[in-house]
Amino acid sequence: MPINVKTSGFATTIQDLGRPGYYHLGIPIGGAMDRFAMRCANMLVGNDEGAAGLECVFMGPELEFTEDCTFAVTGGDLPPKLDGEVLESWTAIPVRAGQVLSFDFLRSGARAYIAVAGGIDTPPALGSRSTYPIGALGGVDGRAIQPGDVLPVGKSAAQAKEGADIPENLRRMPGKTAQLRVLPGLYAHRITDAASQRFFDETWKVASEADRMGYRFKGGTPLEFVDREPPFGAGSDPSNITDACYPYGSVQVPSGTEPIILHRDAVSGGGYFMIGTVISADMDLIGQLQPNVDAKFVKVDMNTALKARKERAGALDKVRAYLA
Amino acid sequence: MASRYTFGGDEHIFVEVNEEMSLEAFFTTLSMTNAVRDAKIDGITEICPANASFQIKFNPDVIHPDDLMARLKEMETTAAQAEPVLKTRIVEIPVLYQDPWTHETLMRFRERHQDPEATDIEYAARINGYDSVDAFIAAHSGSPWFVSMVGFVSGLPFLYQMVDRDRQIQVPKYLRPRTDTPKLTVGYGGCFSCIYSVRGAGGYQMFGVTPMPIYDPEQKMSYLKEFMVFFKPGDIVKWKPIDRVEYDRCLAAVEANTYTPRIREVVFSLDDFNKDIDGTNAKLEETLYAD
Repeated sequence: MPINVKTSGFATTIQDLGRPGYYHLGIPIGGAMDRFAMRCANMLVGNDEGAAGLECVFMGPELEFTEDCTFAVTGGDLPPKLDGEVLESWTAIPVRAGQVLSFDFLRSGARAYIAVAGGIDTPPALGSRSTYPIGALGGVDGRAIQPGDVLPVGKSAAQAKEGADIPENLRRMPGKTAQLRVLPGLYAHRITDAASQRFFDETWKVASEADRMGYRFKGGTPLEFVDREPPFGAGSDPSNITDACYPYGSVQVPSGTEPIILHRDAVSGGGYFMIGTVISADMDLIGQLQPNVDAKFVKVDMNTALKARKERAGALDKVRAYLA
Repeated sequence: MASRYTFGGDEHIFVEVNEEMSLEAFFTTLSMTNAVRDAKIDGITEICPANASFQIKFNPDVIHPDDLMARLKEMETTAAQAEPVLKTRIVEIPVLYQDPWTHETLMRFRERHQDPEATDIEYAARINGYDSVDAFIAAHSGSPWFVSMVGFVSGLPFLYQMVDRDRQIQVPKYLRPRTDTPKLTVGYGGCFSCIYSVRGAGGYQMFGVTPMPIYDPEQKMSYLKEFMVFFKPGDIVKWKPIDRVEYDRCLAAVEANTYTPRIREVVFSLDDFNKDIDGTNAKLEETLYAD
């Protein structure tokens, strides 16, 4: 049952839960930026949680269904419309052959996820359908969807529960000022204690360069570095290190000015120092930040990070239990 | 304990073997990552070696971060005893230095460069004390290079010059990164050369291009059928300066899928190399061009 792409929105890509195992070659894990929302969308339509769906950024595509089917939209508040009628997000919605799914304007968040019963069934690359445009992997010919594309849909394994929904108290979205918890470490010793203190005290703003590779932040005070003789191979800028691996979620600050959090399509390494790493529980939230919203980096320790990770897993369990 | 261990959030452990780049640091990285791989520890999902450091990604639901950290530290002593000898291969990479495509690109980004009046290679030649670009190219292509890291994007190799440290070329990166770099650009930043596997953003100085693809997601190139990424850490590279006629000939062969890289198997011993750098390099080249 193919879906015809009439308009493509802005950088709408096919994503699943990613392709682990190739980061050592510079091929990142990829997959949905907001994995919680992607899993929820799949659960609503009776898919495996790791089935491929569509990740929409800021605006949605127009999709024509060629057979009766069920879909769900989760994530940022991008209201779905069927033949012009506005419908609920976080709800399994039946659709008839010939109907066109479109979207109203984005009300909050940054990314919405569309799951279709059966999952998008484009050919996997290195074990995943996730689109990685830089390496031309996954998706449709390794790129975002375009008008005229025909998206294949797999056979639905389970019965989708039409009308099933996930109530607001079970969803997870960033607050008005996003709180991103960071475990300090890596090359945090490169900056002064005062600079570190200020980094965590100040409120930053999401910059316009914010995409699947990384989120840039602006508006804070430039960092002061601890003096040093540059190590051989690192480069002369005080923010340079001998090119090393970058953890997912790591916060680098090139030249000490604008922090960048690497996300699912991270570059696997490079020559900039990192102040710490956003904890795994908060990675989903970053995908829901629009440019110009406020964000604070909150310093936490490993115990807090592990507790937060459990809470996030618990939130998914609650959704599973609710829909069971 | 020489290495520095630190957490990258709750899913990564980052180990800095040395702040400075050296082949010794690379070999320690290699033996430690090999030891970690051989130990088959439950919960480890990725092992990423870099130039003088490495990173382990793990699932903290399976192994507690502190437990994994303790096990990695225990392995350091064992790994230090590994002999720095590598069975590897040497590969000839043809390079058209000062090609029209990187030239067009570098001219578009002059305002982001330290020396807007010169080209990247003229600048690199001057600050490294070479009289001419030709002398600089002779130095860049005169010794073998060691692939000390694969990463950044899509199989991009970082290459370390196999000469005495006082002869090593060093150049800063662009003041602000470019938003564009031609595919297969031979670049330079810090003490590393690289080959941009795909077109995209980049901050390294641009010296030329190679016609030889090193990343092929469709796995159609005869030598990339097994896997889409050509390089792995430990590979040795010899640049071969070519002219435009040769470049076009290579490109035609690539397009006809008849291009075969010159690759020979070699054994590299770090101790032998340190004892006689020029002699070791001469032997490597001999093996590469023996037939």
